[in-house]
Amino acid sequence: MSAVLSLVGVETFYGRIQALRGISLDVRAGEIVALIGGNGAGKTTTLRTISGLVRAAHGRITFAGDDITHAMPDQIVRMGIVQAPEGRRIFQRMTVLENLELGAYARADGRSVRGDMDDVFALFPRLAERRSQKGGTLSGGEQQMLAIGRALMARPKILLLDEPSLGLSPILVETIFHVIADINKRGVPILLIEQNARKALQVAARGYVLETGTIVKEGTAADLLADDDVRKAYLGED
Amino acid sequence: MAIFLQQLINGIAQGGMYALIALGYTMVYGIVELINFAHGDVFTLGSFLCIAILALLGVSASGQIIAGWQGALIALLVVVLAALLCGVIGVLIERFAYRRLRNAPRLAPLITAIGVSFLLQGVMRNWKGPSEISFPQFLPNPTFAFGGVHIDLRELLVVIVSILMMVALQFFIYNTKLGKAMRASAQDRDAASLMGINVNTTIAWTFFIGSALAGVAGFISGMYFGTTMFTNGYQAGLKAFTAAVLGGIGNIAGAMLGGFLIGIVEAMTAQYISDQWTNVVVFSILVLILVLRPSGLLGEQLPEKV
Ligand SMILES: Nc1ncnc2c1ncn2[C@@H]1O[C@H](COP(=O)(O)OP(=O)(O)OP(=O)(O)O)[C@@H](O)[C@H]1O
Ligand SMILES: [Mg+2]
Repeated sequence: MSAVLSLVGVETFYGRIQALRGISLDVRAGEIVALIGGNGAGKTTTLRTISGLVRAAHGRITFAGDDITHAMPDQIVRMGIVQAPEGRRIFQRMTVLENLELGAYARADGRSVRGDMDDVFALFPRLAERRSQKGGTLSGGEQQMLAIGRALMARPKILLLDEPSLGLSPILVETIFHVIADINKRGVPILLIEQNARKALQVAARGYVLETGTIVKEGTAADLLADDDVRKAYLGED
Repeated sequence: MAIFLQQLINGIAQGGMYALIALGYTMVYGIVELINFAHGDVFTLGSFLCIAILALLGVSASGQIIAGWQGALIALLVVVLAALLCGVIGVLIERFAYRRLRNAPRLAPLITAIGVSFLLQGVMRNWKGPSEISFPQFLPNPTFAFGGVHIDLRELLVVIVSILMMVALQFFIYNTKLGKAMRASAQDRDAASLMGINVNTTIAWTFFIGSALAGVAGFISGMYFGTTMFTNGYQAGLKAFTAAVLGGIGNIAGAMLGGFLIGIVEAMTAQYISDQWTNVVVFSILVLILVLRPSGLLGEQLPEKV
């Protein structure tokens, strides 16, 4: 199947520090792709580059055939590339409802926003209870639910998730992975970054392993789960 | 008691002006964390532009009074045009002087802002000269008396216009899409981008609205005092800035509250202590707030969760 999102030889710098050293990866229609790697490997930078928050110095990013390498972040969101960023980045001084409304900001079809909000509340009943509460007063887990719910409000054509399970209780981690699988079943391809590499590879179809800005391994999730190096480095086995 | 009430009204009128200017400081600070020192001069420029527009309409400082709907229409036309022009100037200032420095160390845009302030002052001095110039008092100014307290139409106008603008702004910020985009961009620019908000456009609109409000303040200040001068914005700006800090910089409601409080404090100081002491008192408040409660009266102190 052809790639929906595709990166070819992408290099990204922060000043003179090179964070990405020529990354190539594909996300195909309907699949979950896991991007794993240690701290500082460049996972977040990869997502920020796709979303246009930092610029690729070299290489090419295409989405559904369109070159988006030089597109502005808001244009990229309008095309349907939606990110729930690292650290949740909830609008702290805005209510849950306002946060969700902002998720739908770029959408042209204003009428179905209410219905989508009900879908998010069905997915995360906790958010419905807290709808008038300020984002900054939510617990970490609630903020994560809100971050994912907010991303869904944009009706993504592809979803980029940066460590959605970080800092959550085991039960909540289960819930979040359930929701991820659920969203994907509705046909939304997902590029998933996770510290929890095992769970990520269990839910994903394929995966890439990133080390210091370079992709050192790629393959089906099953192959990566069975790979000795991956098991040692990322699955805590020896 | 009558004297106290009279000063209260004067203070509220003066404070309404500070509040309108303070809104521009606070909105811009809220979104780009820049103290836009040129803002006070945009306010003065607003007065200058009003005089120029009035001249184009054939209204000069000769003391002719234009009563009835004609006067009201001219006032409306002048204030709307001045607001639009000031808004555009604010956008241009942001575009050419501040945007490129948005991610530079904080000192750089601050120095640029002071530079822009001098630039605007220089332009105004070359345009209308270095001395006070009179602002045409073309509206009739009947006085209304309520048991010893006198309110004239000008004072009433200042208070009503500033309160109307604030209510409109508050509604705008909380109930429109652009208003929400402004608040979101103020809280987290990257996250706002990820919502599909064009942050550059949003910041430009913030400068437009803040500067347009300064233009409105320029009109009502001209109507109220009857004169203006190219350096006017310096002190009015500093006082409005004090108002913004007092209310909690970045906080819209705080700027309004701070503006009215500063106006009232000023009027009361002039009445009960001395005219000479108003600046001392006002700027002591600035220092005290910065030292004792930097977040201001209404400044929010939400814990930043990581
Ligand atoms: N704003 C920045 N300025 C300078 N260097 C940065 C910046 N952001 C990231 N880096 C550097 O780029 C490299 C990649 O960082 P990135 O955040 O992409 O890693 P990551 O894989 O997401 O790590 P983690 O698992 O800790 O989130 C790191 O060496 C980091 O120090
Ligand atoms: Mg990261």
